[in-house]
Amino acid sequence: MSTVAPASRELKIPTSARPYGVTAVLLIALVLAVTLAVSLGPLDIPAGTVWTIVAHKITGLGDASGWTVSEEVVVWQVRLPRALLAVVVGAGLGIVGAVVQALVRNPLADPYLLGISSGASLGAVTVIVYGGAGALAGVGLPTASFAGALLAFGLVWLIARRGGGYAPMRLVLGGVAVGQLLAGLTSFVILRADDEQQTKGILFWMLGSLGGTEWRLLPLPVIGVTLGLLALLARSRPLNALLMGDETAAGLGVDVARLRRELFVVTSALTALMVSVSGAIGFVGLMVPHVVRLLAGTEHRKLLPLSALTGAVLLVAVDVVARTALEPEEIPIGIVTALIGAPLFLYLLDRRLERR
Amino acid sequence: MNVTVDAVSVHLAGNRVVAGVDLLVADGEIAGLVGPNGSGKSTLLRTLYRHLRPSSGRVLLAGEDLWRRPPAASARLVAALPQERATDFELTVTEVVAMGRTPHKGAFSRDNAHDKALVQGALRQVGMDGLAHRPFTGLSGGERQRVLLARALAQEPRVLVLDEPTNHLDIRHQVELLAQLRGQRTTTLAALHDLNAAAAVCDRVHVLSSGRIVASGAPAEVLTPSLIAEVFGVRADVVTHPLTGGVLIAFDHVTPLS
Repeated sequence: MSTVAPASRELKIPTSARPYGVTAVLLIALVLAVTLAVSLGPLDIPAGTVWTIVAHKITGLGDASGWTVSEEVVVWQVRLPRALLAVVVGAGLGIVGAVVQALVRNPLADPYLLGISSGASLGAVTVIVYGGAGALAGVGLPTASFAGALLAFGLVWLIARRGGGYAPMRLVLGGVAVGQLLAGLTSFVILRADDEQQTKGILFWMLGSLGGTEWRLLPLPVIGVTLGLLALLARSRPLNALLMGDETAAGLGVDVARLRRELFVVTSALTALMVSVSGAIGFVGLMVPHVVRLLAGTEHRKLLPLSALTGAVLLVAVDVVARTALEPEEIPIGIVTALIGAPLFLYLLDRRLERR
Repeated sequence: MNVTVDAVSVHLAGNRVVAGVDLLVADGEIAGLVGPNGSGKSTLLRTLYRHLRPSSGRVLLAGEDLWRRPPAASARLVAALPQERATDFELTVTEVVAMGRTPHKGAFSRDNAHDKALVQGALRQVGMDGLAHRPFTGLSGGERQRVLLARALAQEPRVLVLDEPTNHLDIRHQVELLAQLRGQRTTTLAALHDLNAAAAVCDRVHVLSSGRIVASGAPAEVLTPSLIAEVFGVRADVVTHPLTGGVLIAFDHVTPLS
């Protein structure tokens, strides 16, 4: 086999040489995407004006006569916080996708595989339907969905810890079973919703949306995603070892059961945090790590930061489409990611099967 | 660094797979573990690279309990070549070998010149330096086996634990690998299917049957026709190897032992 290597193997550029170039391109793309996101909309604002307003708001410098009050409100109160939340959520989904794929050792896994998003949906939907009165009055959507995510997390934890070691199969089966259970409960609650407006709000939320983002929503996800990225980067080498199997990882000095437990906690917490501010945005966590692996390789010290960047760029761009494609109607962002993601998923699946 | 396996038993799903095994591998010695399928070879080896904790007994490295050390500290002393080699992820050959540096590196440390030199050296040692940037998943079974051996070497271990290292290798690469083992004086414990390979390279051979050691000693003393008949259930004769003058086990491949 070594003597008749196919030519395509010879042509393959060593992926180890590429991450710096890829990082530079992604950073530029991120700045462009955010600029675009803040500029475009029912009120188009030139990029120059956008950044002058932002600079003025941050530093207090500059002359406020160069733009209208409504431009300032749209840039600073509406579009910038929304674009930044897209950056954070996209980055978070990218990272969690990469790690969950290593955790269950399956490149087709996705952050929602572990059932967390179903719990979050149940929490949110319950508050939307029953939140007007009684014990639930005044409970915010993010809080409720985070609580629901914790419930799902606890159930999956109980299932996966049995037999010790949080084996990939137990995690997946536990996640799927809990996900289905909570999705059933969610549907039941939705059936009880008494007006159409409520149902529409619920659907919109379940498909994911960054609409109505305010500055006060940002700190928690920013801190969470930053800490999560650091915690996972610190485990890059063990994550690499885990890709080869539990025995290999053990032989390389990794405490596999403990590592899996830590990864499960960190990824679940991050998923819960993101779903609680933006709903369940599908396919990003699945697609992004794949794209990055094709561009820069599988090694986690590169994969994790680059997945964060790619996720951020992608979600900002997709949110622009979701906001502007059917103006003034907004499409739930999850529909757009699914329209891009499903064909890509099939393509990746095909590629995998061909290699077998 | 010597290895002592002290009354180690392992239970898996309620079954005792390894039953009170004692064995000693002297410093710099190559020890072979032989025995039929299911005799507990791999399970015993797994307690040495900390994939399975013994249900009783101890594994000692230079007199110190392996399982009392932090995992990374023991992986700096013991490197493993397990049987497992499946992955769905496209790592390059270099990335796989660089994993050998895992127990030596801190959480955020990068590979320095020393690490890279070790990885290169290990690849050269197994003759895989020409394929350093290939995807690991695209290699043949034998090539993968050699890359995984390079990873174990890059780990700079004092003890090598090898589970069927010659599996998937053609005869030439088997010979090269065994010659390499002989050439370096790292303490080695290897499970081997091929009794002739074991006889050729091992200083001592330990025979495992149903989870127990039934014989230990120099290959010529241990690998006798009667032991082979009893443990493996096949007819064999032991003759002098015409080329090397060592032990050659000639099997009767067609007549089952009744």
